[in-house]
Amino acid sequence: MSESTNNNPRSLFDKVWRAHEVIPETASHPAVLYVDLHLIHEVTSPQGFEVLRQRGLEVRRPERTLATLDHSTPTLPARDGRRPYVTDAAREQVETLYRNCREFGVELNGWDSPHRGIVHVMGPELGATHPGATIVCGDSHTSTHGAFGALAFGIGTTQVGHVLATQCLLLRKPRSMRIVVDGRLPDSVAPKDLILHLIGAIGVDGGTGYVIEYSGSAIRALGMEGRMTVCNMTIEAGARAGMIAPDEVTFDYLQGRPLAPAGPAFDAARERWTKLASDPGARFDHEVTIDASAIAPTVTYGTHPGMVIPIDAKIPPPGTLAERRALEYMGLSPGQSLLGHKIDVVFIGSCTNGRLSDLEQAAAVLAGRRVAQGVRMLVVPGSEAVRRQAEAAGLDRVFVSAGAEWRLPGCSMCIAMNGDGVAPGHTAVSTSNRNFEGRQGPGARTLLASPATAAAAAVSGCIADPRRLAPTREAVG
Amino acid sequence: MKPLQRLTSRTLVLEQANIDTDQIIPARFLTTTVSTEMGRYAFYDWRFDSSGAERPGCVLNEPETRGKQILVAGTNFGCGSSREHAPWALLDFGFRVVISDRIADIFRANALNCGLLPIVLDSADHRWLIEHPGAEITVDVAATRVELTAGRQVEFELDPFARHCLLEGVDALGYLLQQVPAIEAFERGAG
Ligand code: SF4
Repeated sequence: MSESTNNNPRSLFDKVWRAHEVIPETASHPAVLYVDLHLIHEVTSPQGFEVLRQRGLEVRRPERTLATLDHSTPTLPARDGRRPYVTDAAREQVETLYRNCREFGVELNGWDSPHRGIVHVMGPELGATHPGATIVCGDSHTSTHGAFGALAFGIGTTQVGHVLATQCLLLRKPRSMRIVVDGRLPDSVAPKDLILHLIGAIGVDGGTGYVIEYSGSAIRALGMEGRMTVCNMTIEAGARAGMIAPDEVTFDYLQGRPLAPAGPAFDAARERWTKLASDPGARFDHEVTIDASAIAPTVTYGTHPGMVIPIDAKIPPPGTLAERRALEYMGLSPGQSLLGHKIDVVFIGSCTNGRLSDLEQAAAVLAGRRVAQGVRMLVVPGSEAVRRQAEAAGLDRVFVSAGAEWRLPGCSMCIAMNGDGVAPGHTAVSTSNRNFEGRQGPGARTLLASPATAAAAAVSGCIADPRRLAPTREAVG
Repeated sequence: MKPLQRLTSRTLVLEQANIDTDQIIPARFLTTTVSTEMGRYAFYDWRFDSSGAERPGCVLNEPETRGKQILVAGTNFGCGSSREHAPWALLDFGFRVVISDRIADIFRANALNCGLLPIVLDSADHRWLIEHPGAEITVDVAATRVELTAGRQVEFELDPFARHCLLEGVDALGYLLQQVPAIEAFERGAG
């Protein structure tokens, strides 16, 4: 890998991209890009494995492939030795992944693994997510791993087949955007509020065609879990990948994890990783600046993640036909305040906000309070490791004694394909990432929010400002 | 993948902006291990009510819709999830081409990989199509041109390699497999 010079300042994205070019792009052909880590789950992989079978191919680098079960998995425990799958098809899908992983020699963190979790929670936790790596998964929230300075993005199932067979992808190089978030995030304003605010600012298609690098003092001040929350929702602004330059926070997080380099190899890696940051003067195709100090707890009120307002603001008049339809779907009116708006369900979890710090923030609000009558609250840890840590810290007891349900790890109500869903017409406050029509079940109405805002809604029975409810003693992770 | 060279069809217009892949195929239909016969789930919750009855007034339920092979959609089509089940569903429903003035990155790549041609036009041409639902237009893949009316032809961008794959009806895996020597060399170099 060539060192960059001052005459040729390069961005983080550019460095990672170039280091993985097997064949650079030409006018006639896209680049062949090498993939360091291929994450797999049950929903988007079966047809990819099937292609291998049809063509008599092997998985090229099984040791660079890591599988888990998360989307179709029930979050209620097995009864009489049987997992309560929502349908036979869901069970069959999970069993297919077991078969495929056995047949092709891929490691699967299945039901018995202490590491099983939502793919984007599990990878970083295991230390499989490395700065400067290329990481793909048949899942759009693969952008999460960019928090470590990896180039990580979602792919389709045909491409899953490509990566299984060749460890490579055909790709044109995207353009680059830098989003500088300066200033200090106010206390009790979470990384989730930051990214919701940002999507509102640049729009749900503002990042289309780009890879985004987040920088600035407010980003540097975030812990790894907060950085993951931000990178996770990059796709909600249309960009396939979001990246943050690795720093001491990153290295501290990774050191000692099972799949991170160890001993002298760690020191050598850290030396390389330190050089990944964008050089001063690196050029971007587009730049945006955001003032962190002006961000308030932020919630969505429509049917895409760009329809956001500060929690105490009024719903703006719809600008388009689609926005008018969105308000009708949500049962909301322009000029209305969300504060006091009645809710039915609260969901804490997902690859956006299903990590320990997220559960701590929710628990801090719930401690000593009760989930309001008529509200159903589901808390779903992002992984087995998160579950263990949360239980060791007694968070599960906080949730259960407040009247919430404490479940097994998985995607759960984020995508509602495992049986955990929101009833038609019901309003959910969810810490997940998508509020599309029907995302949490047909006719379900979703408001996206931070864990603290969701927990505040749970105890209030309506949208409530977490700043007026909870002390700010829990630091943002 | 079925080849696509030239196609003349009436358009179906879904004007709404930001049609996400959860609308194109709801997640509960993703518990499948195959990629065939997904058309019945396309826009399922738009087409059917909670009892499974057809929603009257949904343009997707009109008999003549089934003959239309070109979908014209509002801006930012295909945003959201990376599920390739979305283009699979649209193809099986009968579409070969999707036109918008902005199409989400992952959807676009997925569509090309399974033989559904995503075309991005500038807003004026896109607007014209939105305002002329059912217009008969011709898509010429080799020439990367759309003929809106006899006198109105517009070019669109299509990666030359993707165009080749579409014209020939081949997927990209064959090409990637030919690059294995370069991949091996890269792996040796990268350790
Ligand atoms: S938690 Fe939600 S967004 Fe994340 S991987 Fe699962 S379904 Fe996708």
